[in-house]
Amino acid sequence: MDTQTQAARYSAKDYKSAIKPIWCPGCGDFSVLSALTKALAELQLPPGRVAVVSGIGCSSRIPAYTSMYGFHGVHGRALPTAIGLKVARPDLTVLVTGGDGDGLSIGGNHFLHACRRNVDVTYIIMDNQVYGMTKGQASPTTAPDWEGSKLTPEGTGVNPFQPLAIGLAAGANFVARCFTGDPNNVAEIIVEAIRHPGFSLVQVLSPCITFRPEQKDWKRLVRTAPVEFTTDAARAARRLMTDDGFNVGKVLYKGSREPFRPDLGGSGATVADLERQFLR
Amino acid sequence: MTAQTVSIALAGSGGAGVITAGAMLLEAASRAGWYAYMTRSSGPQIRGGEAAAMMRLSTEPVASHDDCFHLLVAIDWNNVGRFAAELPLSAGSLVVSDPEEGEAPSQIGASGARSVALPMKELAKSIPGGRPNMVALGAIAALIGLPEAPLLEVLQKVLKRKGEEAIQASLDALRAGMAAAKDYPAVPRLPAAETRPGTRWSITGNEAAGLGAIRGGVRFVAAYPITPATDMLEWMAPALAKVGGTLVQAEDELASINQIIGASYGGVPSLTATSGPGLSLMTESIGLAIASETPIVVMNVMRGGPSTGIPTKSEQSDLNIALYGMHGDAPHLVLAPNSVTDCLFTTQWAVHLAEALQTVAIVLSDQAMGQARAVIPRPAEVAFLAKREKPQLAAEQNYQRYAVTASGVSPMAIPGMHGLQYTADGLEHNETGTPSSHVADHTAQLDKRLRKLTAYNYGDHWADVEGEGETAIITWGSSTGPAREALRRYEAGGKRARLVSIRLLSPVQPEKFARALEGVIRALVVEQSHSGQFYRYLRAHYDLPRDVKALHRPGPLPVRPGDVLGELASWS
Repeated sequence: MDTQTQAARYSAKDYKSAIKPIWCPGCGDFSVLSALTKALAELQLPPGRVAVVSGIGCSSRIPAYTSMYGFHGVHGRALPTAIGLKVARPDLTVLVTGGDGDGLSIGGNHFLHACRRNVDVTYIIMDNQVYGMTKGQASPTTAPDWEGSKLTPEGTGVNPFQPLAIGLAAGANFVARCFTGDPNNVAEIIVEAIRHPGFSLVQVLSPCITFRPEQKDWKRLVRTAPVEFTTDAARAARRLMTDDGFNVGKVLYKGSREPFRPDLGGSGATVADLERQFLR
Repeated sequence: MTAQTVSIALAGSGGAGVITAGAMLLEAASRAGWYAYMTRSSGPQIRGGEAAAMMRLSTEPVASHDDCFHLLVAIDWNNVGRFAAELPLSAGSLVVSDPEEGEAPSQIGASGARSVALPMKELAKSIPGGRPNMVALGAIAALIGLPEAPLLEVLQKVLKRKGEEAIQASLDALRAGMAAAKDYPAVPRLPAAETRPGTRWSITGNEAAGLGAIRGGVRFVAAYPITPATDMLEWMAPALAKVGGTLVQAEDELASINQIIGASYGGVPSLTATSGPGLSLMTESIGLAIASETPIVVMNVMRGGPSTGIPTKSEQSDLNIALYGMHGDAPHLVLAPNSVTDCLFTTQWAVHLAEALQTVAIVLSDQAMGQARAVIPRPAEVAFLAKREKPQLAAEQNYQRYAVTASGVSPMAIPGMHGLQYTADGLEHNETGTPSSHVADHTAQLDKRLRKLTAYNYGDHWADVEGEGETAIITWGSSTGPAREALRRYEAGGKRARLVSIRLLSPVQPEKFARALEGVIRALVVEQSHSGQFYRYLRAHYDLPRDVKALHRPGPLPVRPGDVLGELASWS
């Protein structure tokens, strides 16, 4: 439906549920929820035809806060759940939401293979560089010298994971980074991600001011990425490998790989046809 | 020496073609009007190593190996010694081997079996394009009374692409084997049988399970390769594509189980197939499917465990994990087919039950049954199809996905149904699906998830109950074949006993079990596990007679009818 010429059927609030989020005041995830509903209103997708799939963690609570079909599964397994759904039901719009721990640590293998498989889903990863739900442990994107956790009082000493560079190398078909300080921009990027065929990866810097109060400074540290997106994976990779993680607000890469979409049409064979091979 | 049944083992190193020759023998036997049951055994090597095709042919349907092999044909003795325990022979058996290969391994010699030398390699060499396995096949045919005509038909079918020359070479090799075996000591010969094309199937347990799943309505499969479940998946991949479904090879078992949960949430009946190590990895998400009430079927083709165990060989030792592997109180279905034929029925029934009850059905098959090929009477059509209860509410009404109902089953909306959106959750939830840690919600949902399983009427399919008398054999899965044969022999000896083979292992059916055992004063429990998992399960959930014996031992040795009969005889 053309939203320019026809009155919008759905507004952003039509995509919200009545359930109050469990998030702390000031959590970046509120912005993502709001941006997500704005994006869907922009796309005018009927809520009954959209599914939001997540794993475990603060940001993984999003499905129940929307009015769409939701699946809140186990820790780290949102991507395969969403992939199974989308492959079996290609008519649905499938979104995956979650945090850095859920998607990149316990779900790390699925992240690689989801990028590789390139099923037409949009993965919104809310990166706050900390495990919030378990009260403040280092995540795979935490800096090695962060000493704020009792579990790793000397810091982790482990290099952080680079979600976008790794996602790109693994085959993600769309790569973008944005910041919750600019929810309209987050909404725009989600719209583009949903529209782009294949696996779309959106990293949203989403501060956890409870366990990482220093992230309040992110609004000063981020800058609008100085370049427009590229369709050249090698160029996108060079940019990602040299950036400091604070270039936001832009799509960085748009690929043109054919999405994984098995033909469900069948050959017209019946079960009786299958049985014939066994007959003696 | 005309008999009703003959058992043959064909052994050799991998590449000697024993599995090929075995498959051809089975195919020819089916064309001759006989029934057949064939298992295979192989070492861990990817290529080479040792292999054996173990076959029983009969004029009546067979679902088990016999106590001994009447005929062992060894193309070579390389590593066949490793199989000796799986190739029981008696003084009446005949061992046919190639003199070029020297002496039989000591375990084979110790059986006291008669032996003859058949120069398979030399005979094969004298025929351009001839192969020793065809010479062996010819000798077997001559010994057991298999006519040449069906063998020729099979040769023509199998070697069609290789051309007339290859067919002629194989036929010449077959005939050389037949001629050589003419004067060998006798083994049981089967009488000619009536052939009625179109009345029988040749199928493996894994294929039957795959077909049962598709018959039941499964249209999405995600799985990770694992022995001995892979051949079920390899059969299903093209079959699903033909009927409008798909199979996804996932990156691991965690992905497999969650992909099928996602697909089923989308309304498509879904299944994964795996073996013990994969089932271990899947258990957390099986709990998710139970809590979120998302129907799925998990086929576990059991192999020797624990850990990597014995991947290529059979054992019934995943009963405990299937029943009790989940954390929390997680009621679900556990079913077990008890024959190659029953892999079809039980898997189809599992799909039906999982969908009707919106829960997980774990189906326990095993390597022996899954990879066995049998010639069976054509299976009956089964009416069980996937049928999920869906809400009929108008969009305006307040839909409650996890509504507490009398049956325990709550109508399940499917994405795409407008106005019925909900969030499925592995977190405990209230009736609408909103996460809740309230005592009342937890209790209500636990009750509901249990009630839907216990209140359901499973009819007579919960077990196969046969025979009568004061003695009972209680068994499950692939141990049923030998137990059933033992019962027949026991009855042939003028004694009476009954057999209870439990197909529905969970939820337990104590009232039906009590009725099945009415008047029984002693019971023999038969299973293939080291620790007696099934025996302990029976002890925990059922009333057993005072006098109970348990025949439990680990794989890969199959339980044989004589073992069961021996236990029964020691009572009387």
